[in-house]
Amino acid sequence: MAMNTQGRPSAPLHTPDPGAYDDTFSGSRGLDQAEPLIFERQTYDKTGVDFETPKGTKSRLGALERTEDLGLPGLSEPEAMRHYVRLSRKNYAIDIGLYPLGSCTMKHNPRLNEKMARLPGFSDVHPLQPQSTVQGAFELIGELAHWLMTLTNMPTVAMSPKAGAHGELCGMMAIRAALDARGESHRRRVLVPESAHGTNPATAVQCGFFCDEIPAGPDGRVDMEAFKAKLGDDVAAIMLTNPNTCGLFERDIRAIADAIHEAGGYFYCDGANFNAISGRVRPGDLGVDAMHFNLHKTYSTPHGGGGPGAGPTVLSEALAKFAPLPFVIKEGDSWRMVEDEADARAQGAQPFGRMVAFHGQMGMFTRAMSYMLSHGADGLKQASEDAVLNANYILARLKDVMTPSFDGLCMHEALFDDRFLKDTGVTTLDFAKAMIDEGYHPMTMYFPLVVHGAMLIEPTESESKASVDRFCDTLEALAHAAKAGETERFTAAPRFAPAKRLDETRAARQPVLRWTPAASEA
Amino acid sequence: MRYLPLTDADRAEMLEMIGVDSVDALFEDVPQTARLDGPVDLPRHKSEMEVERLLTQISRKNIAASEAPFFVGAGAYKHHIPSSVDHLIQRSEYLTSYTPYQPEISQGTLQTLFEFQTQVALLTGMEVANASMYDGSTACGEAVLMACRITKRRKAILSGNLHPHYAAATHTLAKYMDIEIKDDAAKPGGLDDIAADIPDDVACVVVQNPDVFGQVHDLEPIAKAAHEKGALLIAVFTEAVSLGLMKTPGAMGADIVVGEGQSIGVGLQFGGPHVGLFACRNDRNYIRNLPGRLAGETVDADGRRGFVLTLSTREQHIRRDKATSNICTNSGLMTLAWTIHMSLLGDTGLRTMAQLSHEKACELADRLSAISGVELVTDAFFNEFTLRLPKNAADVVEALAEKGVLGGVPASRLYPGKGYDDLLIVAATETNTDSDLDAFEAALKEVL
Amino acid sequence: MSTRFTKDHEWIRVEGEEGVMGITAYAAEQLGDVVFVELPEVGKTVAQGDELAVVESVKAASEVYAPVSGEIIEVNSALEDAPATVNEAPQGEGWFVKIKLSDKAQLDAMMDDAAYAEHTK
Repeated sequence: MAMNTQGRPSAPLHTPDPGAYDDTFSGSRGLDQAEPLIFERQTYDKTGVDFETPKGTKSRLGALERTEDLGLPGLSEPEAMRHYVRLSRKNYAIDIGLYPLGSCTMKHNPRLNEKMARLPGFSDVHPLQPQSTVQGAFELIGELAHWLMTLTNMPTVAMSPKAGAHGELCGMMAIRAALDARGESHRRRVLVPESAHGTNPATAVQCGFFCDEIPAGPDGRVDMEAFKAKLGDDVAAIMLTNPNTCGLFERDIRAIADAIHEAGGYFYCDGANFNAISGRVRPGDLGVDAMHFNLHKTYSTPHGGGGPGAGPTVLSEALAKFAPLPFVIKEGDSWRMVEDEADARAQGAQPFGRMVAFHGQMGMFTRAMSYMLSHGADGLKQASEDAVLNANYILARLKDVMTPSFDGLCMHEALFDDRFLKDTGVTTLDFAKAMIDEGYHPMTMYFPLVVHGAMLIEPTESESKASVDRFCDTLEALAHAAKAGETERFTAAPRFAPAKRLDETRAARQPVLRWTPAASEA
Repeated sequence: MRYLPLTDADRAEMLEMIGVDSVDALFEDVPQTARLDGPVDLPRHKSEMEVERLLTQISRKNIAASEAPFFVGAGAYKHHIPSSVDHLIQRSEYLTSYTPYQPEISQGTLQTLFEFQTQVALLTGMEVANASMYDGSTACGEAVLMACRITKRRKAILSGNLHPHYAAATHTLAKYMDIEIKDDAAKPGGLDDIAADIPDDVACVVVQNPDVFGQVHDLEPIAKAAHEKGALLIAVFTEAVSLGLMKTPGAMGADIVVGEGQSIGVGLQFGGPHVGLFACRNDRNYIRNLPGRLAGETVDADGRRGFVLTLSTREQHIRRDKATSNICTNSGLMTLAWTIHMSLLGDTGLRTMAQLSHEKACELADRLSAISGVELVTDAFFNEFTLRLPKNAADVVEALAEKGVLGGVPASRLYPGKGYDDLLIVAATETNTDSDLDAFEAALKEVL
Repeated sequence: MSTRFTKDHEWIRVEGEEGVMGITAYAAEQLGDVVFVELPEVGKTVAQGDELAVVESVKAASEVYAPVSGEIIEVNSALEDAPATVNEAPQGEGWFVKIKLSDKAQLDAMMDDAAYAEHTK
């Protein structure tokens, strides 16, 4: 026989003690690579971009030419690739697993959308090119606007807001402009449920309003008596999320709309949760005066680690003419962008102003359009139904081991509180961190503020039944473990993430907001 | 439907588990009158092939910047972006993650934000920067509000040579905030005398450099004049690449620096998404008044360095009606693109890119202003300059487009009705070839 | 004179016409790690119940109300750089402001040690 005399044992010679070493020499842990900041490489004489050699023409910057260096390190392409790929692996993502962040609608991001947004005719077009050379861009904006208006049964949509909060600002400024036009500038009070997103009160204040909180009733919805008691001739508007942040549809929404209109105010609807009803319920049929979309939520233009978003805002007949500049109109066979006030007034509009340079988030429009065309009216309706079905299934499966905050069904997200953790020594935060060890991104926690230790779970329509079942099995097991006194499993979590719990107090008490050379030497 | 994993059998099983007999029952809280019987009046779903065909057709109705000699600027600039940038930002872990609220599984995003903040601070010559705003124009508006909070004053002066869209966005943001904003008159090729007459009760003066006409300015005298009155200087830029060659606004005395980062890593995108850069002094009063997110350094339970979102009590999700801004979602993925591109460039690459842009612009300015009747209005500029034409500039731009040249922005489009009908704002970058310059010169000669 | 408490968890200790105030140990514990305290300007006049200061932890910002009416005569600016003092010694070194009282009678309606202990049970 031809024998290999080197041995090559397939098992260690001695039985190892698995706990003997928990460190490494390099700081990396297998596939989880330790990666310094680029500044710590001190590579100031390098670049990863080759250019032709400049001719050395004499500067025409007057005396404003900079003589010293900025201190920006450069990396060759392989170094840059490795740096950012290594860092990427420290992130959780929807492509890796279920991402049940309530109110955030972390659904699948189709790659067709990315491809479409990168067509040179969309991505490589300048906002100030002659209008005759960007007819396709206007057409796409016009088409998307048509879909958004149809889905909401609203007569106008302002396309330029850059994100949800910017859309809120758009809607509330339109309301302010309408009140001013009515000679009712004294209306400054905005009713905001205590379960509202923080952007609502922050936005109202930026429009010169002040907020008056409406308490929630025991069923997690607006307390109608309290709401009606707050109506008066100083009320400008109500800002209401529907479905609300408890994942519940406001049953009395028609009565709320009627009452606020009766009192001379407007109805702003926060559209963050539109994924529950898109293609199935039209806000225009509910008496809404303004509502922003979060295209990055409902229509899946990706979240990208915190942005960019897009916040087109539909406006009712009463608010339509106050929509901001610029906007697209169709004249005969061609499209035109109305960019200045005089032009807008000639069209019968009274824009409250311009919110942003140029025309909004074109890159998000193309992605949303690709998503909507792919789904169609039938697919959008089915998506909402599946999102609601998945959430209710989770609610049903977990209602006996965790504690739902409210009785009955939910819409697209299921809200639990921390009563099931009472006397376990485990908090909502600990529970969330233990989910990380189990391979899941935690749900939204401690929001909405109306329930204690909130856990808001939004599975979206992108999860299969098998995926939702595995998730429920895991949460069930964790809930049992907490009740069985396995406290360490939670308080020490996460144990298997790229980082252990981070000291946020230190970060806030002694803020270090950038790298400095001194910090590296120390 | 290819994006929906549930089967009809799954749905039936799940409904049974929930204890209802139909999906309709899940929508029982929706008023009966508002429930649609069938789908809304829009087309049914389409295959990938169909969607691609449809959208490609629409996109072809546009002329892409890469398809023509291209010289359009005035707030957005066509620069080369390395292929690796777009590849990296499409990594699932970056593209499909949310705001890094769970730092233990978001260190990738958080460290890149920390790198971004550091690079922005270095580029602007400032001490700290935030994790981005929507774009330059909204950053400008937010900077004015911040200056008012810091100084506890309610007035701002905007230079007339500030990009009119930036001025408009700032007016809108301040409109209902009880802040008085004064616009100086524009002065193409010069600068309104903003430093001469700053009242005592002004929170800030806002100056763009290079300005919207392309002219560059020494900000130091303006900073000095503002500081003497206790006002802040907000320096604005729309062309980030200019900082590759120019003195930083920080070195010239700016207190807050805001600008558009689109030139680095992002692309034209027909105006969005772009990325707003926001930097300021490292002063507690400044930091606490910053809008938007901030990434900060800390350690984890094992003492290893890590990063978190910090000083969040400024933000809307905690401070609600007392937040410094209502901004939530920002330009996340665009900051990543910016950071990757900047990491590839480094000082060396950025300076070369800026130098090439400057040289192309100088050569183009000389060649075009040598044409009879054409006059160069801006005498000191970076990569953008303004020409006075013997004809209406808007008509000239249309005529150039018909000849296949995208030849700049007529000033009248930005300043309608202000008598700038003969002014053309022209930008050049490292992407312009000699034949682009030849084509522009030849076409302009023909058109005039 | 002994320490008095409000239902909103402020304490005040008065000597003569001047009082020193802060937030209670119970409040400090509930807030968690204090990371910043925003204090008023010296010379400011406040009415009982007015917003006086803001105390921030990592994930919350809470308003602190004036327990009595009066004029701010001193603020504990050491807290700016050492907010942790509020957690370490909330009713000692971690005081917020000194107030010159304009109406000492307001103290009568406030809680003493025993009543406050009962209040936070």
